[in-house]
Amino acid sequence: MALGYTIGVAWVPHQDGGILGMMMAALLWFVLSLISYFSGDSILLSMSGAKEVNRHVHPQLFNVVEEMKIAANLPVMPRIYIIDSPAPNAFATGRNPEKSAIAVTAGLLSMLNRDELQGVIAHEMSHVINRDVLYMTFAGVLLGSIVILSESFWRSQYYSASSRRYRSSSRDNSQAQAVMMVVAIVFAILAPILARLFYFSLSRRREYLADASAVRLTRYPEGLASALEKISRPDIQLANANRVTASMYIINPLKASSRNMVNAFSTHPPVEERIKILRSMMKGANYKQYAEAFSKVKGNASLMPSSALADSESVPLRPSTASAEDPRSSKQKARDLGDLMRVLNNYLFISCACGLVIKIPMDFNRKVLTCPRCQREHDPRSARPAPARVSPG
Amino acid sequence: MLALLIFLGGLLMVVFYVINTYNALVGLRNQVKNAWSQIDVQLKRRHDLIPNLIETAKGYMKHERDTLEAIVNARSQAMSSQSIGDKAKAEGLLSDAVSKFFVAVENYPDLKANQNFLALQEELTSTENKIAFARQAYNDQALFFNNKIEMFPSNIVAGILNFTKQEFFEIQEAERAAPKVQF
Repeated sequence: MALGYTIGVAWVPHQDGGILGMMMAALLWFVLSLISYFSGDSILLSMSGAKEVNRHVHPQLFNVVEEMKIAANLPVMPRIYIIDSPAPNAFATGRNPEKSAIAVTAGLLSMLNRDELQGVIAHEMSHVINRDVLYMTFAGVLLGSIVILSESFWRSQYYSASSRRYRSSSRDNSQAQAVMMVVAIVFAILAPILARLFYFSLSRRREYLADASAVRLTRYPEGLASALEKISRPDIQLANANRVTASMYIINPLKASSRNMVNAFSTHPPVEERIKILRSMMKGANYKQYAEAFSKVKGNASLMPSSALADSESVPLRPSTASAEDPRSSKQKARDLGDLMRVLNNYLFISCACGLVIKIPMDFNRKVLTCPRCQREHDPRSARPAPARVSPG
Repeated sequence: MLALLIFLGGLLMVVFYVINTYNALVGLRNQVKNAWSQIDVQLKRRHDLIPNLIETAKGYMKHERDTLEAIVNARSQAMSSQSIGDKAKAEGLLSDAVSKFFVAVENYPDLKANQNFLALQEELTSTENKIAFARQAYNDQALFFNNKIEMFPSNIVAGILNFTKQEFFEIQEAERAAPKVQF
């Protein structure tokens, strides 16, 4: 607002200019807020190329989300999306718990076991119940409009530099306006930087909080810890992520190399530190235990005000689930996941008598299809939208 | 006149407080009920899944009659129990029987490769988890509700309007203990 005011005064040589600039800032913030409040989730989901899935496409993912929904006592099931990307990552969106969505990448599903997947989903679910999506959308929009405003100020300075000199030199208030101009320039430089600093520090805090809530939900810190360890390793960046959407993900989707560095401009705390905090939670799973572990790892810094730690009941940890290991080989797992992504991309399937499952893309338009292994001929019209698989009873 | 106004104002505030607290308590009690119905849904789901599981496993596990029978018995006992305490106990026994069964499955590689069995196993594992999480959510809600009833000043309203404490869904000791490894 202050930024809007000074820029307005500098633009128009009158008191009204300040009001005008302020109103412009307010209007911009308001409009952007409205847009992202009502359609932010669908924009984000379509930007990342996510596809909605149901129970039958990936029963385990669906079950894990439902488990966390029950643990969090959410009124409705969040929608579930899968992103066709080998980079392991996940994010949550939606303006309130009733209208939430959780998206995970195919890479994440192929890499994690059941307990680890549960940890990640719990982290995302915590973003939903803590209303971080709302928080970060508004903070993001505030940051965005400050950046746009100061940017447009610079542009306008560039274009109107010559005309302004003639117009205002003879006026009485030219001196005052020059002062305001200097102030506006200073604001235009400082405001975006300060806004960014504020935004990123808020984002990091919310990540720690989501980790704490995730442990509260699963009672099993090791699941999230080893998931973070696994997904921070590969050097793959998510193609469809950008600076604006970065804070929504479980780990920073950009700059895989700097995931462990901490600086004032990172959206996520260093992964190593998050793992260390989770692993030093030995006694219990409530917020107090997390805050203690946090202080132990970070020196004397404290994460949450003590008023947020009201749930001082003891919450016992639980052992790992025995049947968490997937008996499928990693090759079979990757193959199943490939089939899954083809189902999502509207491929059709024909099971040939030789045992090969032929995958047909949507735009296949020849009359006869020969099996590449045994040369049998098939009619593409007999293809089915799912590979032959045993459905759960 | 002024004294009367102050008195009326105070009375109004008290009335508002009572109404407010009553509504909050009813809301909380409904949340507890909702959490309990979540447990119930999952327990029923487990009861429905077990016959399928036994049917699939029977052909493979000829030497595990006892394990399978233990599950069937525990299931019928759990289905017939009524009070929260009884139910918790019977369902705990059923959980034990199921986890013993999954340990026994490790010796039957053919069964473990069966697609149908894998799907059932995932469903049952998830249902076990959902029961645990639903119980967790129920106990959290019940604790919150009980605290509200016991704490001053809401305990006065709760006492007058007959709100009673909710029973916790306790786990059996045997289930809580982590499996011990012996060398």
